[in-house]
Amino acid sequence: MYPILEKQVLSDVTKLIVVKAPQVARKAKAGQFVIVRIDEYGERIPLTVADYDREAGTITLIFQEVGKSTMHLGTLEAGDELATFVGPLGHATEIENYGTVVCVGGGVGIAPIFPIARALKEAGNYVISIIGARNKDLLFWEDRMRAVSDELIVCTDDGSHGRKALVTEPLKELLEERPGEIARVWAIGPGIMMKFVSLTTQPYKVPTIVSLNTIMIDGTGMCGGCRVLLEEGARFVCVDGPEFDAHKVDWDNLLARQQFYREEERLAVERWEHECRLEGVLREGGA
Amino acid sequence: MSDLTQRERMQIPRQEMPAQDPGIRRGNFDEVALGFTEALARREAERCLQCARPECVEGCPVEVLIPQFIRALRDGDMIEAVRVMKVKNGLPAICGRVCPQEVQCEIKCVLAKKGEPVAIGRLERFVGDYELARRTCPLDCCEPSGKKVAIVGSGPAGLTCAVDLGREGHGVTIFESLHAPGGVLTYGIPEFRLPKSVVHGEIDYAVECLGIEIRTDHVIGRTLTLNELLEKFDAVFLGTGAGLPSFLRIPGINYNGVMSANEFLTRVNLMKGYRFPEYDTPVKVGKRVAVVGAGNVAMDAARCSLRLQTLRAQGTGENPGEVHIVYRRSRAEVPARAEEVHHAEEEGVIFDFLTNPVEIFGDEHGNVCGMRCIRMQLGEPDGSGRRRPIPIEGSEFDIEVDTVIFALGTSPNPLVFVDAEGLERTKWGTVVTDQETGRTTKPRVWAGGDVVTGAATVVSAMGAGKRAAADIHRFLMGEASW
Ligand SMILES: Cc1cc2nc3c(=O)[nH]c(=O)nc-3n(C[C@H](O)[C@H](O)[C@H](O)COP(=O)(O)OP(=O)(O)OC[C@H]3O[C@@H](n4cnc5c(N)ncnc54)[C@H](O)[C@@H]3O)c2cc1C
Ligand SMILES: Cc1cc2nc3c(=O)[nH]c(=O)nc-3n(C[C@H](O)[C@H](O)[C@H](O)COP(=O)(O)OP(=O)(O)OC[C@H]3O[C@@H](n4cnc5c(N)ncnc54)[C@H](O)[C@@H]3O)c2cc1C
Ligand code: SF4
Ligand code: SF4
Ligand code: FES
Repeated sequence: MYPILEKQVLSDVTKLIVVKAPQVARKAKAGQFVIVRIDEYGERIPLTVADYDREAGTITLIFQEVGKSTMHLGTLEAGDELATFVGPLGHATEIENYGTVVCVGGGVGIAPIFPIARALKEAGNYVISIIGARNKDLLFWEDRMRAVSDELIVCTDDGSHGRKALVTEPLKELLEERPGEIARVWAIGPGIMMKFVSLTTQPYKVPTIVSLNTIMIDGTGMCGGCRVLLEEGARFVCVDGPEFDAHKVDWDNLLARQQFYREEERLAVERWEHECRLEGVLREGGA
Repeated sequence: MSDLTQRERMQIPRQEMPAQDPGIRRGNFDEVALGFTEALARREAERCLQCARPECVEGCPVEVLIPQFIRALRDGDMIEAVRVMKVKNGLPAICGRVCPQEVQCEIKCVLAKKGEPVAIGRLERFVGDYELARRTCPLDCCEPSGKKVAIVGSGPAGLTCAVDLGREGHGVTIFESLHAPGGVLTYGIPEFRLPKSVVHGEIDYAVECLGIEIRTDHVIGRTLTLNELLEKFDAVFLGTGAGLPSFLRIPGINYNGVMSANEFLTRVNLMKGYRFPEYDTPVKVGKRVAVVGAGNVAMDAARCSLRLQTLRAQGTGENPGEVHIVYRRSRAEVPARAEEVHHAEEEGVIFDFLTNPVEIFGDEHGNVCGMRCIRMQLGEPDGSGRRRPIPIEGSEFDIEVDTVIFALGTSPNPLVFVDAEGLERTKWGTVVTDQETGRTTKPRVWAGGDVVTGAATVVSAMGAGKRAAADIHRFLMGEASW
């Protein structure tokens, strides 16, 4: 069992947990992920290593509550334990001094982009970061991102904080205004955001790296459920990725595959909410 | 009854094992074959002629002392039967259920030549189940040797190697990447064929008796590497199996509803998807399922699909749907265990022989909606001795499907070979070893099971684990150098 040592609520639906898992912390690098299972009944879900502390033997995860498993995870507190915690999985980000780079983090993607931006900065890059979310309440780690970026652009879809824009807008301006200057772009966020970042950078031929979030089970190459179509054929995100050249990804296939279990996911959430209500009633009844 | 003449013994018919009715079992995940009663087992045991030179034993990869255990069983001495069994086989309740007996021990039984062989597997299962329920004969171990061995992978190869080394008093730690031990026994073979209570019963029993440590959630090659294990352990055994799925290289394999049997079976078995939403992992099949391939894996995928369809339709009055096995060769070449094919047919799985997919079609949402196949004919025998299937030109036809499950060959997962220089592999990705000892080309590293042979059988993996354990023991005790 893997104890949760700390928990922070970053927004209504975004939570941070610090988990004791020395065997993972010893090895983890930016860009890698872990597979988590809450309890005996739980599914195995992939979450990116948002930060690690080798000495303390801990891994920090940040997740957005989008379905049953992440909602359940969001109810856990410091002192609770996770049944499964495997990693670090996938390849680490290839960090080099590329020159000027842009790191784009959308929504919960701000968490995994942070260690990448930090590592790029440490490697001597000039780091421009763009972070965005639907609204102010969903935004987090602005201060941390600022600390590792030479320039930081913040946007929200509704303009409740920073610039009212989608992340692709300032990105396009940068590409226009500083032709030939930007050596590489990293983008992590919802599939649809990564697709549009990819479409934005493609005409400028700027190499663009995305971290794909396909549905996974084992995370070790055993099931093939995470496969993505690239120009050269199907690849397994968990072992060949999770980072890929955005311009080679068949985005529509990726987005369709994320929807495969939508009906089941809806059922699971309904059942979960029902259970939570029941528990609430019981607790109140008992008090 | 023990003083029967040979002639009388030979007149006893082979005893059938009671099984759940096909119409009922296709609507549940409970075990299909119910096992012998004591009376049936004793009667079946009477059929064995107690050959002086028992050929049946030659057919068994771990050389179970077949006539001896059957004799004890016949005499009603169950404790002795268990003891004799455990000399060679630490997992009888498992082997008795899943060994392809008809091509191993039973095919060699003298009675097979004249009629029907002794039902060795069913008797073995009876003994195994008896022991699981009563635990009469705990495995005992020698004095601690102070030596430490790491076993990578907790499938039949790794478990058997661990048990044999544990018995010799060595300190054994098993590293397993998944959250539960057992390998294919846990994630692949379904509950209705091999109940997980049996798998975990056998594993817990051995582990408790011998003080073996199992560390789940450890992916060797990621969490730790082979070279790191070699720093901490005196010897390492690789039993990582052949878990990498393959897909046909045809257009359309990434539509929703197309999956590997590994994914499908892992959802169903390891994650207990058939009990969704009680368990969180969903699994779904459509109304027209095509399973490509005809090995044990394909039968398991087809029979799980059938059950999921039936469970879904229960009480709705709807037609549950159809499950097809699509196989490019003919019935004679089907590699699955005979009993599984028989059970699959009884349950209503439809077999499309001499048929091969060439393309998968999807609808506007990216969901699979059809498959183009081509008819095949059999040509000359190929390297494997089986007649090679050849496409018949112009014979393409389309079928309507909403789920396609690939149950093709699997190969070793290469993750474990990260940071393992010097470990030689074949062009198929399997590990090169010495047949007798299981030694790899890397000092202090042994390997066995599917990672060496490619997808094979439970008992052959156990045999490899045993041979390696014997050599590791000699090495650790200084009786053999590297
Ligand atoms: C390598 C990798 C790293 C990831 N890192 C993070 C992370 O750091 N923080 C985080 O919040 N999430 C991360 N994800 C996504 C996370 O795994 C999913 O959000 C989670 O599995 C959803 O489970 P659920 O039961 O809560 O929701 P579900 O009920 O399973 O899904 C709810 C909704 O989310 C979509 N969805 C399902 N699975 C995924 C998925 N894997 N990725 C994207 N959308 C999905 C569904 O289409 C559905 O619309 C990562 C995914 C991968 C593959
Ligand atoms: C669906 C299915 C049905 C089958 N039916 C039968 C049958 O009826 N009869 C029969 O005899 N055989 C059957 N087989 C074949 C049989 O199960 C295998 O031959 C046998 O399990 C091989 O044993 P193994 O120990 O070599 O490997 P496995 O059982 O594959 O175990 C390997 C273990 O190693 C773990 N592992 C892999 N890589 C790593 C790593 N890097 N670090 C840590 N752990 C790792 C895996 O998670 C797994 O638990 C079937 C196979 C399948 C898939
Ligand atoms: S282990 Fe398998 S092959 Fe050997 S005797 Fe038992 S059933 Fe037969
Ligand atoms: S060959 Fe058949 S009859 Fe002879 S000992 Fe073996 S099981 Fe018994
Ligand atoms: S998650 Fe199973 S192969 Fe990638």
